[in-house]
Amino acid sequence: MKQEEINDNNSRRDFLKTAAIATVATAACGSLACSCSSKQKTVPGDKVKLLSPDGEIVEIDSNYLNHQEHMAIVSKLEARQGIAGKKFVMVVDLARCKNARKCISACQKWHYRPEETEWLTVKLLKDSDKGAPYWFPKQCFHCDNPPCVKVCPVDATFKRQDGLVLIDNERCIGCKFCMAACPYSTRVFNWNEPEQPLDIRNLVYSPETGLPAKVGTVEKCDFCPDRAREGLLPPCVEACPNGVFYFGDENEDTVTNGDETVSFSQLIKDRAAYRYMEELGTKPRVYYLPPKDRQFPVERGYENLPENIKERFKDIMEEKKS
Amino acid sequence: MELNTYQQQAFEYQKPNIEKFGKRAWFWTIFYLLWILVGGYALYLQITKGHGVTGMRDNVVWGLFIVNFIFFIGISYAGAIIAGLLHLFKVSWGKPIIRLAQMMTIISVVVGPVFILLCVGRFDRLHHLFIYPRLQSPMTWDVLAILTYFVGSVLFLYIALIKDFAVYRDAGLNIPKWKQKLYKILAIGYRGAASQKRHLIISQNLLAIIIIPLSIMVSSILSWIFGMTLRPGWHSTIFGPYFVLGALYSGCGVLIVAMWVYRKMYKLENYFTDRHFTYLGYIMMVLAAGYGYFTFSEYFTSWFGSEKWDSEVINKLFNPAEYGWWTLFANVAGILLPILIVAIPRTRTPGLISIAAFIMVIALWVKRYLIIVPTLETPLLPMQDTRAEYVKYTATWPEWALTFAGIATFLLFFTLMSKFVTVVPVSGLEETRTHHEQAQDLLKKEEVQPA
Repeated sequence: MKQEEINDNNSRRDFLKTAAIATVATAACGSLACSCSSKQKTVPGDKVKLLSPDGEIVEIDSNYLNHQEHMAIVSKLEARQGIAGKKFVMVVDLARCKNARKCISACQKWHYRPEETEWLTVKLLKDSDKGAPYWFPKQCFHCDNPPCVKVCPVDATFKRQDGLVLIDNERCIGCKFCMAACPYSTRVFNWNEPEQPLDIRNLVYSPETGLPAKVGTVEKCDFCPDRAREGLLPPCVEACPNGVFYFGDENEDTVTNGDETVSFSQLIKDRAAYRYMEELGTKPRVYYLPPKDRQFPVERGYENLPENIKERFKDIMEEKKS
Repeated sequence: MELNTYQQQAFEYQKPNIEKFGKRAWFWTIFYLLWILVGGYALYLQITKGHGVTGMRDNVVWGLFIVNFIFFIGISYAGAIIAGLLHLFKVSWGKPIIRLAQMMTIISVVVGPVFILLCVGRFDRLHHLFIYPRLQSPMTWDVLAILTYFVGSVLFLYIALIKDFAVYRDAGLNIPKWKQKLYKILAIGYRGAASQKRHLIISQNLLAIIIIPLSIMVSSILSWIFGMTLRPGWHSTIFGPYFVLGALYSGCGVLIVAMWVYRKMYKLENYFTDRHFTYLGYIMMVLAAGYGYFTFSEYFTSWFGSEKWDSEVINKLFNPAEYGWWTLFANVAGILLPILIVAIPRTRTPGLISIAAFIMVIALWVKRYLIIVPTLETPLLPMQDTRAEYVKYTATWPEWALTFAGIATFLLFFTLMSKFVTVVPVSGLEETRTHHEQAQDLLKKEEVQPA
């Protein structure tokens, strides 16, 4: 019993030490903007060289390294400027979506959102009376001519050079003008004190992580720039079982859904991509591939839904049956 | 300060109103304070628990508060424009009511902006508006415009009051020392010297010239908070002038009601004469026709064009199951009723005009609600939300409590102000009753005496 306690103490001390080192390490990595791959699983027993807080180079076992998520790895100023040389873009293949809703749960989990506030939603759209309904996942479109940014009185929401539209919830005054201005109903408001775990609540805030969320401020899908800095795909892209989402860089002209990496320009040419409500002039950075030759019947996304979510699409689905 | 006999008479008549704070004034003051207290509790809840206590949600992000904001600010602009025009065109019958219009301007420009602050999620960050201002945002335009306008209208009222303050100072009123001192300070040494008179007239004219275009600008900017968004029912080029006209119209109604209340309360029949009601009634009728024309143009183009979202909003407005009855009320009581009451000679009496004006003011409040809420309930993408409070807006009790607290504050300021300055300005007042009316008064007196 006693021995165990000592061991416990030792391992705790070890852990604290390595955590501190790991923190420094990730911070160092982050500033190199994704060239370093701290997220790759190393073989157990590998030694990693790291810079300690005292300025010494130490070698430790990689198993002790803890990947620190949601770390504010860039300054606020850098977070406003964006990742140099990038131009993020997303392509959503509507032919593949069956409303599996894995993207939503992954997004909620990553951003610590309660079940009901969805940054990413899946709508059931039907373009004309006789048209067939189809599932329509919708994130923030990160418009190039963003109506939300135009109306913000305090520059709390801003457009970065890498194409992202982010929010600084330490500056936001909560006037909700951006929510009224966004024609896509993308933004959500923290009407009450958001429920978050204590360690999340104590994080250093960065517009890139969006954590911790704050009451009385606006928030929305951010394309997970903190992950992009580490060369990771957003959780929605990773979680999708059907490869609906292609995420990538317009400058490099490549997008990937995790399984296949394709040329962005070729993809949108071949599949006749369109942007949602182009006529509004908002110039979204999200492209949709029309739901032609669909892989799943639309009912597949409806039948197994929990009752409360089924309710959302009931009118369209029942109309279809009759 | 020298007054002519008519002015002296007006002053003597109103002296008791500013000399003592009567029982009735105390009663109303306490009554209003109680309402404000309830509102204060609602505000406390909203600050400590977050905006979740209101009926506002992600789709309908603005509710009663912004409706009240437009409503009060509108009244303010109307007061400024009416007072400015009456002054500039040297309308002699307008002299007794200028003060009331100016009081209305100041009071509502104090109450109105409070409501937009209530919409703000983070009270603690209001200073961000000044340390990180973004000039591209219509909200920033509004902040700048309202602040400028506030300063302008306070000066406009104050400059017009200086002469009266000098009168109060020199009259040897039976009032507490602090009040006497305050009058002395506010009169800033005005003695009626030729140079003082000249300066006063020049500044008054200048301010009147400035305040009219300023009100129009500020009112348009307010409308652009909505007009600049890509929302059906808001994104309309007509919105600027529509709001200016709506402001003038509802403000004209409030002025008539205020005139009627003071006439009854302080027995000011000699100053707020039947003629004032008739004339303001005419103005109200013309504005009603104008407002009706704008409303018709707005609805008619939306309906005829029948674009998807435009017609969704129009359907909501005219469907009896949604807002149909309210739309009917807003347009019948808010446009037709005042026109009819003023147009028919038999109903053109102070009492009926005031009642029509009062109902019209309420209808115009409803109209503002119909501008804000149905549009927000019509997002471009289908909501597909099962949470009832997210789909349809229902105001909660804290919102109503704060709304009534706002109205109470508005009335409280009126009560307090009418105990501090005479409601009818004393200096510069001219005999406004026609010879015919004076003769009739004389006749009445003669009739009474034999009995």
